[in-house]
Amino acid sequence: MNAIAHTPASSAGTTATPVDLPIVKTEGIHKVYGGTVQALKDINLEFKRGEMTSLLGPSGCGKTTLLKIIAGLLKPTAGEVRVNGKPVTGPGPERAFVFQDFALMPWATVLRNAAFGLEQQGVARAEREERARHYVEEVGLAGFEDKYPHELSGGMRQRVGLARALAVDADVLLMDEPFSAVDEQTRRKFQEDLIRLREVENKTFIIVTHSIEEAVYLSDRIVLLSPRPGRVAQVLDPDINRTGDPDAIRRAPEYLDLTDDIWRGLREYVE
Amino acid sequence: MSATVPAAIAGGPTGSSIARFSQMPAMWRILSLALFFAVWEIAGRTNFNYAFPTFFETLAAFFEMIFDGSMGAAYLRTLEPLIIGLVLSLGVGVSAGVAMGLRKEVEFLSLPIFITMQAAPMAALIPLITFVYGIGLTSKVLAVIFLAMPVITINSYKAVRNVPPSLLDMSRSFMGTRWQQVTKVILPAASPMMFAGIRLGVAEGFSGVVLAELLITPTGIGDLITFHRSVANFAHMYATIASIVAFAVIAVSLLYRLEITLFRPEKRGLS
Repeated sequence: MNAIAHTPASSAGTTATPVDLPIVKTEGIHKVYGGTVQALKDINLEFKRGEMTSLLGPSGCGKTTLLKIIAGLLKPTAGEVRVNGKPVTGPGPERAFVFQDFALMPWATVLRNAAFGLEQQGVARAEREERARHYVEEVGLAGFEDKYPHELSGGMRQRVGLARALAVDADVLLMDEPFSAVDEQTRRKFQEDLIRLREVENKTFIIVTHSIEEAVYLSDRIVLLSPRPGRVAQVLDPDINRTGDPDAIRRAPEYLDLTDDIWRGLREYVE
Repeated sequence: MSATVPAAIAGGPTGSSIARFSQMPAMWRILSLALFFAVWEIAGRTNFNYAFPTFFETLAAFFEMIFDGSMGAAYLRTLEPLIIGLVLSLGVGVSAGVAMGLRKEVEFLSLPIFITMQAAPMAALIPLITFVYGIGLTSKVLAVIFLAMPVITINSYKAVRNVPPSLLDMSRSFMGTRWQQVTKVILPAASPMMFAGIRLGVAEGFSGVVLAELLITPTGIGDLITFHRSVANFAHMYATIASIVAFAVIAVSLLYRLEITLFRPEKRGLS
């Protein structure tokens, strides 16, 4: 995946951010809840610009905790997250979050929900609605701008959540089990759309998931976390060609083999 | 399913029943009232109780009091402590409740007071109020406040506490300031439960003012009830009681309408 291997060494200075430098880096992240429960232990990871990384593991392995620490929503007990080389102290404009339960405001229309990130940044109404409208269309919800969340299906609600995250034009999209609350068919369609979306939008994706198939299907890199305390068990780089027919991926031998391998690795953690 | 607002706080029991009632076709509403009045008329004609007037006698007494001006004058007297008391209860109650919901230290200081106030039979305190503040307007206003404020405060507090945590995270992750979080997310999300409390509070306020007028000194509606009872004008007494009941019901329903128009655009057109 490292297309640019011949970046001059000098550009690794302090001001430049060359493409092959990690955009997100976690250094020795520990997280202890309530003084006793160790949720995460010594997480050192690098997330490359433009890649899609899955954080995969059984429940209780702290994958959502790690994502929220990267988002700046939680503080690590020890360690540091760096985004573009700068330490994270809280949420920032270069990161946008997609929530498991969608986190839409029921009293706001699709358009206002999608524009909400911009609204909080103080972008003027006409401009933010124009940008939101563009992304509402891009996620496939054209014509639903004036609907309210309760008038949409679960999958459509999550598309609004995705449009909201895209509209703020962040470099990194943090997705917390984005498809776990939608049905299987919707999930598949959504996954295919996400692969298409990546070709249009130059974003770095970090996705938390408990679905092995989903991780293998979508990701350039899979981080396997083991539970109690959450540690990095394995980092895998699936080599799957995603340019053709999205259905072909699910039949590719690499896809099937890797899914099996990961299951064998995770099996011991599942009671 | 992961609805964005738990059904239990989306309007409360009174809210949903008012909504259901106003959704009924006008025919049915008129029919159910007509049925009730017919049963009243028949019960009155059976003479099971010498003090129980028929519906038409009561209606005649009602119009008599309207035209001789005694009803209007009574309402003017009653409305004064009621409105002053309700305005104070709303202002202080909602702000105290919201402050308790937002800040731990305010919660520790004031929650026990309001829980006690809500649980205690406040009517028992009315003689005490009279003892301290005499029989004037102050006592009657206090009676309204004592009954109306606790439920308004407790509901506002719980409404703020019940805002889905993912909505708070959402506002924070999209760079919202605390002020934006409160005004754009917490208050709109809390408004259904808050208004449920306000409706209960207004109903309690009516009890408070009638209790005060019956227990402290007979003025206004309390005077009208007491007077007609003492001279055995039972039709007039019933008409007065029925009028205050109807007035309270109309006030609470109008409040529900106001809430929908002001704060819940997604429910407009449903009722």
